[in-house]
Amino acid sequence: MKIIPIALNTFRESARDRALYNLMVFVILLIIASVVMGRIAVGQEVKIVIDLGLSAMTVFGVLMSIFLGIGLVSKEIENGAIANILSKPVRRTEFILGKYFGLCLTLFVSSVVMAAAITGALIYAQGGSDAAQWRLWPAAWLIFLELTIMTAVALLFSCFSSPALSALFALLIFLIGRWSPDLKLFAETSNSAAVRAVSRALYHLLPNLANFNYINETAHGEVAPWRMIAGNTVYAVCYIAAALAAAALIFNRRNFK
Amino acid sequence: MSVIEIENLTQDYQIGFWRKRNVRALDSLNLRVEAGEVFGFLGPNGAGKTTTFKILMRMLRPTAGEARILGQPLDDLRMRARIGYLPERPYFYHYLTAREFLVFCGALCDLPRDRAAKRAADLLDQVGLSDSADKHLRKFSKGMLQRAGLAQALINDPEVLFLDEPMSGLDPLGRREARELIANLRARGKTIFFSSHILTDVEAMCDRVAILNRGRLVESGRLSEILKTRSNEIEAVVSGVNEEILAELREFALEVQPTPEGARARLESDRDIARLLEVIHHANGRLVSVNPARESLEDFFMREIGGMK
Ligand SMILES: Nc1ncnc2c1ncn2[C@@H]1O[C@H](COP(=O)(O)OP(=O)(O)OP(=O)(O)O)[C@@H](O)[C@H]1O
Ligand SMILES: [Mg+2]
Repeated sequence: MKIIPIALNTFRESARDRALYNLMVFVILLIIASVVMGRIAVGQEVKIVIDLGLSAMTVFGVLMSIFLGIGLVSKEIENGAIANILSKPVRRTEFILGKYFGLCLTLFVSSVVMAAAITGALIYAQGGSDAAQWRLWPAAWLIFLELTIMTAVALLFSCFSSPALSALFALLIFLIGRWSPDLKLFAETSNSAAVRAVSRALYHLLPNLANFNYINETAHGEVAPWRMIAGNTVYAVCYIAAALAAAALIFNRRNFK
Repeated sequence: MSVIEIENLTQDYQIGFWRKRNVRALDSLNLRVEAGEVFGFLGPNGAGKTTTFKILMRMLRPTAGEARILGQPLDDLRMRARIGYLPERPYFYHYLTAREFLVFCGALCDLPRDRAAKRAADLLDQVGLSDSADKHLRKFSKGMLQRAGLAQALINDPEVLFLDEPMSGLDPLGRREARELIANLRARGKTIFFSSHILTDVEAMCDRVAILNRGRLVESGRLSEILKTRSNEIEAVVSGVNEEILAELREFALEVQPTPEGARARLESDRDIARLLEVIHHANGRLVSVNPARESLEDFFMREIGGMK
C-alpha cells in the first residue's frame, strides 16, 4: 500500500508551507475579533462568536480545499515530480488516493485548530466553561466533511482541465451546492420540462452542501442531532468515493508529455 | 531473454490548438538490450530519446508498438520494483531534505523504513552528498539535484537502470564519479540504459550503442563494429613542435592537425613512426601517444547525422 507514504508526504508538504500558517493566524485573529464584536452587542456574544467563527472556518476551509485540491495532482504534473512516482511500483490510483488523503489530514488538523480557537474564544467571552463550547464541535465536523467533499471535487476537475478552469468549476459547484434546496424547488416548480429535467439532474449530481451547514442553528443554541450527523457522514463518504473513482478513471488514461 | 525489448514503438505528439496535427517523435523503434550491458542511447536534440524513456516509464502510452522490461509489460508493479530511473529534468519535492526524499522513494519501493534509511545514507555518500544530506532540496544546485536523482534511482538496488542524460549538469569530478558508479554497477551485473550527448563518456563506458535521428534508428551495435578502423593507420600525438616541423611532418604524414599543445598526425603505417621520432627529436619536441587510428564516435556522428540534416 503506497497510499500511506504518499499521504504522509503530502501532509508534510503543507506542514512546511508557511503560507498555510499565515492563513491560520489570520483566521484565529478573525475569531478573536469576533469576541470584540460580541462585546458590542450585549447578550449576543456567544451567538456572534459561533456564527462568525464557524463561517470563517467554512470560507477559509473551502478556499484551502479548492486551491490545494487542484494543486495536488496538477502541480506534480507541471513540475515533473510525477515522472519519479510513475517509474516506481506505484499504481496511479494509489497516487491519487494518497494525495487526497494527505490533504484531508491537513484539513482535519486545520479544522481542529480553528474549532479549538473558537472554543477558546468562547471560554474567554463567557468567563468559564459552558455547554455552548461543546455544541460547536458537531457543526465543525459537518464543515470538515464539506471540505473533504470539495477537495474531491477540485481533484476530479484538475484531472481533466486546467487549474484556472478547475478553480472556477469547483467554486461554482460550491455555490450551487450550498443553494441545493433552491435548485430542488426550481426543479419542482419550473414550467418548462427541459428546465425541470436539467435542474433535477443537477440537484442529484452536485453535492448537497446545504445539509452540511448547521452554523445558524448552532449559534441559536441547537445541537446537531446524531442521526443527521451520521446520515451526512455516510452521504459524504459515498459522494467522495464516487468523485475519487471518476478522478482515478480519468487519471489512469492520461498521458504526461 | 532481453532485459529491455522495444518493438515498433511509435509516438505521435499532437500539436496546435485550433488546427491539430501530429508530429511523429518516434518512428517504429526496435531495440533490445541484453542483461549486464551498458547501452548508450544517442542522437541529436529532438531525436526522440526522452520520448522513449517516457514511454518506458509509463508517462506516455505509445501510439503504436510495445515494450517490455525484464520480460514484463510496462505496468507490471513487481517489475517496477526492480528498476530505477533518472528523469532528464529531475524535479523532486523541494520541501524535503535529500535524506527524507530518499527514504520516501524507498517507501514507494516497499523498502522497510530502517533499510531505506541505511540505504539512503550509503547512497548519499556514494554520490558525494553526505555533507548536504539534511539540507532542503530547494537549496540544491543543478548538479546536486542530479546527484540526488542518481541516488534515488538506486534506492531499491535495481537490476536495470534507465538514465536520461545522467552526466548533464555534473562538474568534471562528478562526471568521473558517475562514470565510476556506472562501471561499479556494471561489474555487479546490472543493466544500464542511458542517453547522453557526451560522446567520449559513451565511448569509454558502453558495450553497445544505438543512434537515433528524427525518431528513427540510424545505427546500433558494438562500438568496435560501428566505428571504422582505418586499416593499419597510426595516430600519433606530439607536443612542442613549431611550424617548420609541421611542414616537415606533412611531407610523409597522411594528415597533420595542429592542436593547442602540438599536433596530431595520421601515419600510413607503423613504419613511419621512426621518421616521425627523428623529426620531432630534432626540434626538441615530445611524443605524447601512438595509437591505431580509429574513427571516433564524434566522427561517426558527424558522418551519419551531419549528412542527413
Ligand atoms: N510535449 C511535447 N509536445 C509536442 N512535441 C514534443 C513534446 N515533447 C517532445 N516533442 C517532440 O518530440 C521530438 C523528440 O523529443 P525528445 O524530447 O524525445 O528528444 P530528445 O532525443 O530527448 O532530445 P534532447 O537530446 O534534446 O533531450 C522532438 O521533435 C520534440 O519537438
Ligand atoms: Mg532528451
